Amino acid sequence: MTVLTLRALEKHYGSIKAVDHVDLQLESGEFMAILGPSGSGKSTLMRMVAGLESPTAGDILVDGQSVVNVPPQHRNVAMVFQSFALYPHMTVRDNILFPLVSRKVPKHEHEARLNKATSMLGVEDLLDRRPNRLSGGQQQRVALARALVRDPDLFVFDEPLSALDAQIRSRARAELRELHDQTRITTLYVTHDQVEAMGLADRVAVINEGRLHQVGTPQELYNDPADLFVAGFIGNPPMNLIPINETTVAGIRPEDMLVDPEGDVSNVFIDLAVTIEHIEYLGSEWLAHGQAQSDADTHGQELHVIARLPASSHPDFVSGQKCRMVGQRKDVCLFDRASGKRQARAEVPA
Amino acid sequence: MSTQQHSGVPQPRGRMGRLSAWLDQPKVLAWLMLGPAVLYVIAFVGFPFLLAIALSMSDATIGDPSLDKFVGLANFSAVMQTDAFQLALRNSLIVTAGTLALVLVLATLASELLVHSFRGKRLFQMIFILPWALPVSLTAIVWMWFLDSTFSPVDWVLVQLNLLGPGSVWGPFNHLYFLGREWLGLASVIVTDTWRMLPLATIIVLAGRMSIPEERFEQARIDGAGVFRILFRITLPALKPMLIVAILFTGLLVIGEMSLVQLLTRGGPGHSTQVLPYWAYLKGIQGGSLAQGAAITLFLFPFLLVASVLALRAAYRSQEA
Repeated sequence: MTVLTLRALEKHYGSIKAVDHVDLQLESGEFMAILGPSGSGKSTLMRMVAGLESPTAGDILVDGQSVVNVPPQHRNVAMVFQSFALYPHMTVRDNILFPLVSRKVPKHEHEARLNKATSMLGVEDLLDRRPNRLSGGQQQRVALARALVRDPDLFVFDEPLSALDAQIRSRARAELRELHDQTRITTLYVTHDQVEAMGLADRVAVINEGRLHQVGTPQELYNDPADLFVAGFIGNPPMNLIPINETTVAGIRPEDMLVDPEGDVSNVFIDLAVTIEHIEYLGSEWLAHGQAQSDADTHGQELHVIARLPASSHPDFVSGQKCRMVGQRKDVCLFDRASGKRQARAEVPA
Repeated sequence: MSTQQHSGVPQPRGRMGRLSAWLDQPKVLAWLMLGPAVLYVIAFVGFPFLLAIALSMSDATIGDPSLDKFVGLANFSAVMQTDAFQLALRNSLIVTAGTLALVLVLATLASELLVHSFRGKRLFQMIFILPWALPVSLTAIVWMWFLDSTFSPVDWVLVQLNLLGPGSVWGPFNHLYFLGREWLGLASVIVTDTWRMLPLATIIVLAGRMSIPEERFEQARIDGAGVFRILFRITLPALKPMLIVAILFTGLLVIGEMSLVQLLTRGGPGHSTQVLPYWAYLKGIQGGSLAQGAAITLFLFPFLLVASVLALRAAYRSQEA
């Protein structure tokens, strides 16, 4: 069942299109991440879903009902802000109960709902504290409990992990996913951090300059980027994008780059003479950064390429050393240079 | 070697150099900077205050201002028994409480308005702040015309609305005589004081209002709160420390203010709109009884002191939370 549908959604600020014709569907129980760089329109999109902004055009449907003219207090959409936005003058208990009191949920239900939400998030012992006596991680759990307590149709998260310390962030990420697996509440998760998006979400929607570029599972985004933006955004480091002729750009993941391959390599598609610039050691792997001579015109620009090598390979490159980087046909994605769109595999000259 | 070391730490040269080095010492500098303020407080706050206490326990008059006779609290008990004092005390409390109530409601509403942007906001702000910039006497004159027994435009509007005049709700006369009747006179003083005090209170409350992050209101809306729940459960609790400060400032300014009553009603008719500061002035300066005037002035001091300390503590504590 579809819980949330966005139809041709637009939001303009003057001549700026913050959200530009977005179509999106969230299925019941799905965890979807909206991933984009800052200023991409992802926050505007989320605020429209929550009801904090009204769209310029298009429609938002929750459970098949248009909610465009419904104010946020009458939508059953719960939101967790980046700052957690806890009410500082209320105890944790009153913070969590606030949505129930505001929505006039019968009083006799309060205690049971409070207990359920707090035990799920492990904040039962904090009920009488004020938010300023809580750590960042505790604040996040209280904010989640407050969102959870009213059984929302939809959860909307605005970068809920970015206010946390780096040390506890990965644990909080895992807990967030566990919480979702327990509750199965449909979730829209807005982030600029692809590690969060890829690690948490069932599907990821990549947005840039107000437009959706691709919606798919993390695997699809990684293995089959739909266009040059996604190819150059997903992955750390992202795909090497190598112009091969007037109309086509080839994309290849750094780990698929073969450096000075021994013996014969079949189906060679990219073959570059590369000057190594520097080598980065990242513990589990090496990154070899280099400067390539491209076959096609690069408009005089130098072409930066990165190859990822396993830690066991112990590369002994030095800066300035020449080497050969090879990409096989099976590992290459081709993009149209003008539109940025992915070319169908059939069109590729073998 | 040794000359090089000396040149590293420049030594003061000449008379000016030595003087500036002496002035640069933290102890000397601190006293120089603080000195004027300390002198000011001692000369213009501390001394008059102690003098007032001494006067209130003496039998000093204009004719014989010497503090040669200590009478204890006799002056206090003497003034407290007069009808005029009791009326003035009652009126001071009514005027202050009434002004505070009006100012707090209006300042909260105004800060809610001014925190948002709208067309003509700068002009509105400028006009809004004007009453604070006007001298009291000008304010009083403006309101005296406004509330005049014959020319009051308020009366005129009420007559046009058929609320005033022969055969209407408020009686047969064409005028309310605002300043000539006890309760209307007090109400007039309250309204005028509110008009004067609103800008300051609004600026204080607005500072608190602007420090509330917008996300908190958005969160409250998403949590399902309507306008009134947001006002009473989110906005006002967050404004509490600033509201207390606004109460303190406005309250102290209003309760110590005599010129407005002096100009608007002269405390009359009779003593029906008399307030403590003006009565103290009439008694102590006009009437010549310095001791009783001082006693009237000081009567409220212990209460105001305790109230101020408690209020500041409450403000501090609610800001902590």
